[in-house]
Amino acid sequence: MALLQISEPGQSRNPHQRRIAIGIDLGTTNSLVASMKNALPEVLLSEGGQAFLPSVVRYLPSGKTQAGYEALAQAVIDPKNTIISVKRFMGRSLADIENQKSLPYDFIDTPGMLQLQTVAGIKSPVEVSAEILARLRQLAEDTFNDDIEGAVITVPAYFDDAQRQATKDAAELAGIQVLRLLNEPTAAALAYGLDHAAEGIYAIYDLGGGTFDVSILRLSKGVFEVLATGGNSALGGDDFDHALLEMVLQESNLTQLTAEDQRALILKCRHAKENLSIHPGVLLEHTFNNKGAIQVSISQEKFFQLTQDLVQKTIQAVKKALRDAKVSLDEIKGVVMVGGATRMPHVQYAVETLFGRAPLNDLNPDEVVALGAARQADLLVGNKNKNDEWLLLDVIPLSLGVEMMGGLVEKIIPRNTPIPVALAQDFTTFKDGQTAMAVHVLQGERELAEDCRSLARFELKDIPPMVAGAARIRVTYQVDADGLLSVSAAEEKSGVSASIHVKPSYGLADGDIARMLTEGFASAAEDMQLRALREEQVEAQRLMDAVDSALQIDKHLLNDAELTLIEKGLGSLRQLKDQENIDLLRAGIEALSQATEEFAAKRMNANIRRALTGKNLSEI
Amino acid sequence: MVAANRSESSSFTDYFDFFNLPRQFQIDRSVLDRAYLTVQQEVHPDKFVNQDDQQKRRSLQMTTYANTAYQTLKQPLPRGLYLCQLAGLDPQLETNTAMPKAFLIQQMEWREELDDAKSDLSKLEALQQEVQAIQKEWLLQIEKAFDVALVPETALEKLRCALFLERFLEELDHRLSALI
Repeated sequence: MALLQISEPGQSRNPHQRRIAIGIDLGTTNSLVASMKNALPEVLLSEGGQAFLPSVVRYLPSGKTQAGYEALAQAVIDPKNTIISVKRFMGRSLADIENQKSLPYDFIDTPGMLQLQTVAGIKSPVEVSAEILARLRQLAEDTFNDDIEGAVITVPAYFDDAQRQATKDAAELAGIQVLRLLNEPTAAALAYGLDHAAEGIYAIYDLGGGTFDVSILRLSKGVFEVLATGGNSALGGDDFDHALLEMVLQESNLTQLTAEDQRALILKCRHAKENLSIHPGVLLEHTFNNKGAIQVSISQEKFFQLTQDLVQKTIQAVKKALRDAKVSLDEIKGVVMVGGATRMPHVQYAVETLFGRAPLNDLNPDEVVALGAARQADLLVGNKNKNDEWLLLDVIPLSLGVEMMGGLVEKIIPRNTPIPVALAQDFTTFKDGQTAMAVHVLQGERELAEDCRSLARFELKDIPPMVAGAARIRVTYQVDADGLLSVSAAEEKSGVSASIHVKPSYGLADGDIARMLTEGFASAAEDMQLRALREEQVEAQRLMDAVDSALQIDKHLLNDAELTLIEKGLGSLRQLKDQENIDLLRAGIEALSQATEEFAAKRMNANIRRALTGKNLSEI
Repeated sequence: MVAANRSESSSFTDYFDFFNLPRQFQIDRSVLDRAYLTVQQEVHPDKFVNQDDQQKRRSLQMTTYANTAYQTLKQPLPRGLYLCQLAGLDPQLETNTAMPKAFLIQQMEWREELDDAKSDLSKLEALQQEVQAIQKEWLLQIEKAFDVALVPETALEKLRCALFLERFLEELDHRLSALI
């Protein structure tokens, strides 16, 4: 949903006015929002001067919510209704969640994505995340005292389709226009590369609160090209906390804990972990709610031993990504460390040992992702000059496939393919007279369907009866620039087709979002109809501006008939724009859009020719 | 795996034409890489966030086309298969498995070596180097058939063998990566 830009009727926005765009790092532990100020990205500070918003949401019986530090402060006394690290639940079913028994929530095992029973009702991880995002949006609006044009939201590179879709849904629910979902290591590379004018091949090692990513990028003048990405979307700083908790429970012979004690202990373990990065040892003390107390002393050495296998897992993923990128260790010019968990000395040591060089720690590992996202958001809303631009070329992290007979997976788009991309596979019928075919969409590297993530199922129906093997069914996977998938299937001989945005089985259906929007964030007083009309008017203006400027440059690509058609469309839309009839306005937009379809194609082809040969299309 | 988009290329004859390259097997990789980046600068969706829907849709289509074209041309075997397709040849990869007898015997020997090597890293790596060297030979022959002799039919026969080897190399790589 587009945010409103209300201007006086007939008046278009000042083209030199700066558009406000933000970058959001929606983290497992903390979230940040950044924006460009005086040509440099800056993290926006809350009223209290804090850069971080802890990614914590508390639900109150009234239905009201607390978020950030306010919620974190209540985490111990109200653990069931105070959701921490919700990012680990995004797009996940209950079966995916490890450490379930050391989490204090009342989970509901709903198909696709789990839900949480709170005192304010059942909440999905998408809704919880939307609470955090809405706070960040508010912070940005307060900072600039203006509406936000749009946001770039970062996701772990290793997030699969379900997790990405859930993130996008959460943003929409929070009333944020998503300019792009951007992979966290790519955002970090962007911030690092622009700050240091870096060129060459770099590795980004990003160990966050709940996720691990590694990306290998080639940085050259103005282009950030991801060569390969790898990681683990369920491995992060949290797991180091849990390893400590397990040890504490074992050493103290504790089995059953109340939710409150559990929450208190896990927060103390997190604190101990942070201290163990700078002190040789810590003493963890806790007095239980009902009775008794424990004291456990933990040495740095013990902690490193305890978590060495977690660190090794990340090193394995780095090696795999290097192989995928077909890059050898000595070709890597630098390793950029991202994420608060990279402060742990044994993580630093393991990375240094592997690469044979000290990692680069000269950017704040907590902020670099948000800063990169802010830069990209600024670029995407058009605040840059042509010679000041860059291009991000990213890849899909996990292979996409389809289930075959016998439960095997046929890969259609292999991992590390540059996006956007569309690839297809042809199939045929198995039985004589078969009139339907089930398409099961999967993501992952394993050979068996049951070992991969199921993203969607749909059926191609009404295939005309033919002998087995005669039908030719083409299944097409399209991944857009956000890394989101849509799938279509068509029987080529009869033209029967079906398609699906891989959305309803995970994430939320569109209807759900509309319902939650009206229930939640949209202000009740707002006249929805008026809002819709204003949105269409903004869209109409935007379209007319775009067509006008396209005509100015490339009018010569059109023949007289095409030009007349476009000018007619422009003229009538100009008249319709200031009338209050939304249906006519929509029809006008649609008509002009259609009239310019061929023009758009011709312009882009001409630009490609021009760029590659230095000639105009008319000269070829 | 086949290219999904066909209509978007309207004014371009084929992937080679799209990148302004000669239609042949031998390519200058650095020229292709440069052309790919140049095209991306023109068509990538990030450049069209503020444009109308037609432009956005077109941008998505063209970037998709550019990525498919680049992926096809940058790797020798997909590039060879694509040249066959342009020459109107059906590669019949699923049905036609006819291969020279000597080639098949060599395959069987390698398979045995692979089984014997089990988890021996140095043996596996030695085998990998041997097969890679042979694969290079095949690629040279394919290049000759396409670009010098101009007989795509011959190239296709050799391509089938090279594809067979490629699958073997993938399996080998899989085994190796599991050991690292």
